[in-house]
Amino acid sequence: MSDTTKQAPSPADVASLARPRPAADGKPVEPAPAAVQALEVTGAQALVLSLEAIGCDTVFGIPGGAILPAYDPMLDSKKVRHILVRHEQGAGHAAEGYAAATGKVGVCMATSGPGATNLVTPLADAHMDSVPVVAITGQVASAAIGTDAFQEADIRGITMPITKHNYLVTDPAKIPQAIAEAFHVAGTGRPGPVLVDISKDALQSRTTFSWPPQIDLPGYRPVLRPHGKQIREASRLMAAAKRPVLYVGGGVVRSGASEALRRLVELTQIPVVTTLMARGTVPDSNPLNLGMPGMHGTVAAVTGLQKSDLIIALGARFDDRVTGQLSTFAPDAKVIHADIDPAEISKNRVADVPIVGDAGEVIKDLIEQVTLDRATAESGSWDYTAWRERVAEWKATFPLGWTESEDGTLSPQYVIERIGALSGPEATYVAGVGQHQMWAAQFVQYERPNAWINSGGLGTMGFSVPAAMGAKVAEPERTVWAIDGDGCFQMTNQELATCVVNNIPIKVAIINNSSLGMVRQWQTLFYNERYSNTNLQPTEQRVPDFVKLADAYGCLGLRAETPEEVDAVIKQALETNDRPVVIDFIVHRDAMVWPMVPAGVSNDMIQAARHEAPVWERED
Amino acid sequence: MSKHTLSVLVEDKPGVLTRVAALFSRRGFNINSLAVGPTELPDISRITVVVEVEGAALEQVTKQLNKLIEVLKVVELDPHASVQREIVLVKVRADAATRSQVIDTIQLFKAKVVDVTTDAVVVEATGNSDKLRALLDVLEPFGIKELVQSGMVAVGRGSRSITDRSLRSA
Repeated sequence: MSDTTKQAPSPADVASLARPRPAADGKPVEPAPAAVQALEVTGAQALVLSLEAIGCDTVFGIPGGAILPAYDPMLDSKKVRHILVRHEQGAGHAAEGYAAATGKVGVCMATSGPGATNLVTPLADAHMDSVPVVAITGQVASAAIGTDAFQEADIRGITMPITKHNYLVTDPAKIPQAIAEAFHVAGTGRPGPVLVDISKDALQSRTTFSWPPQIDLPGYRPVLRPHGKQIREASRLMAAAKRPVLYVGGGVVRSGASEALRRLVELTQIPVVTTLMARGTVPDSNPLNLGMPGMHGTVAAVTGLQKSDLIIALGARFDDRVTGQLSTFAPDAKVIHADIDPAEISKNRVADVPIVGDAGEVIKDLIEQVTLDRATAESGSWDYTAWRERVAEWKATFPLGWTESEDGTLSPQYVIERIGALSGPEATYVAGVGQHQMWAAQFVQYERPNAWINSGGLGTMGFSVPAAMGAKVAEPERTVWAIDGDGCFQMTNQELATCVVNNIPIKVAIINNSSLGMVRQWQTLFYNERYSNTNLQPTEQRVPDFVKLADAYGCLGLRAETPEEVDAVIKQALETNDRPVVIDFIVHRDAMVWPMVPAGVSNDMIQAARHEAPVWERED
Repeated sequence: MSKHTLSVLVEDKPGVLTRVAALFSRRGFNINSLAVGPTELPDISRITVVVEVEGAALEQVTKQLNKLIEVLKVVELDPHASVQREIVLVKVRADAATRSQVIDTIQLFKAKVVDVTTDAVVVEATGNSDKLRALLDVLEPFGIKELVQSGMVAVGRGSRSITDRSLRSA
């Protein structure tokens, strides 16, 4: 019998609603806004006042018919900077980049119909990667809803399965409440996107604005504090384990729990794997960090999980790209699974110790419990020396690497490694999706959380340029690299115009292999080298010439075709901060991402390089 | 696959039924029966959904339902500790020659005739699915002209209410 009740928020919750989520790793929380007494305004003014009151400083968007009333008061706002993008998808990914860089809620805005449907991809992306985003869309006037009016789309219906929650507001008096609830839902618990669709007549009508509004979310009460009994049980399993691995996911980044995690690693000396979403939570320079697990993970990380006897999963969700064939994943391991979303626990892999709670709270409690238990431990427990030596050997024997091309053309991995080495750990690296994304996850050394932003769950090509733009707006002092592929870049490069006119000097590295590289890699490996529709550059002519394209946008356009040119163009890019920079790195087309576990097979089948599977000692 | 009866208390807001139904189709769970209606509390509706799933999937259904913001509570009702009812309205061929036979038959099921014409009767029956199935089986030979059946509604036995705690103050 299941009997789960969700309770109404307490007054303290309500009081804290207006505050954005605490930023990652010790950044200050913004103060709660002051109360406002009944002002006579339009719905559109109420919307802008609500955004101001909640502390929103940036909106990425494009106006259009139905949202037009909101753009009039937006022009006068001193607190909200509206950045006019060139495509609504760019607005959505920019909001994601803004949110991922800072932990604050990112905001995008679009008109009804096609404006709103263009937000579908970024909303789905934010939903998969738990990015706190609020999307505000105009809707046709309430009397016209349901009549197939001009630019009408049921965006609330369309986005139901790809948002954490959504609203259709037709009463101007309900706008402040919807905005306050949207920010609260987006930024708390397991973060995610929330859409607020507002009819044009609601924006135009008169209403009274008061702040803070009454919040009414009786069915929403995320559990943050873990259960003490489960923490004690987790510690007991950790004491008894001989081959434990910390399996760290994006939840630790979103929770801002990386500092706490580092203390837990230091205390327990348990080897760590950091998933694609968690690169940087534990520094790559920490010898206990085995790197990324999964399809293109390191041999040490994949094998570490596979041969472990205890997996401590923190804010991770046993995604198919991590587990490979689920039935043969880590067959000897018991599982402690901590997640803020109860539905993730035992969804794919059954947990022996389920822990529902915020990653930061869970880790804090684990540290306390482990400290206590270790003080009274019997000899032999909490000792993983032999295991650490084994994983260290795997790490040393199978480091990440690549083979240079036979004709001396540029290796994409080398380019990415140099970008990381010359830009350093304080820069932010935002990738698109494909081979360049995997190489960027592998060959940039990450030392801090939020330094690595990418589209993990949805795998959205075209994510990089607009998300980098959002990250740069959020943290203008940081160097922000968009590490992109030539296929991805052609999906969203129009946002370079936005970057130029709004002085958002991102740096774009196009890893140009003239192909849809990851698909081509699969065609090489699994389709007998039959390259169906993956060649983006079938002629000698460069179509387009990315340097000329950059120039046309008003960016600095550079190109490198040999290893000797690489450092010079990267340095020139790092020294150029008055406009965006686009570097066209012409790399060889046959480079492949290794290691690799082919889709759907056991992680035991990992290949360190083509035709090169590790040979294991026979003991297990 | 076994059947499970879930009582889902939701805020009575536009679109909430769509959210619940869409969740089932999106996650690949089969709905066997669904019924929605008001409760004793204003602004709270109750959805009774019969779902065909096995153990781990049932836990997933419950957890995913609970993630919906407008879902207040999800309770699985044990068939042995709850009353479960459906209603069926069935139009049966019945002329002067067979009418009394039809009426005799349905009385065994405590069903009743709610409309009569020269060549048909409309029978109303309530009960659990097994009983209604049995009734329809015996009416079949007379000739069923039209049939409409509700989704199942269910309530736990005893004095305790699933809306007892927390929701009343919500």
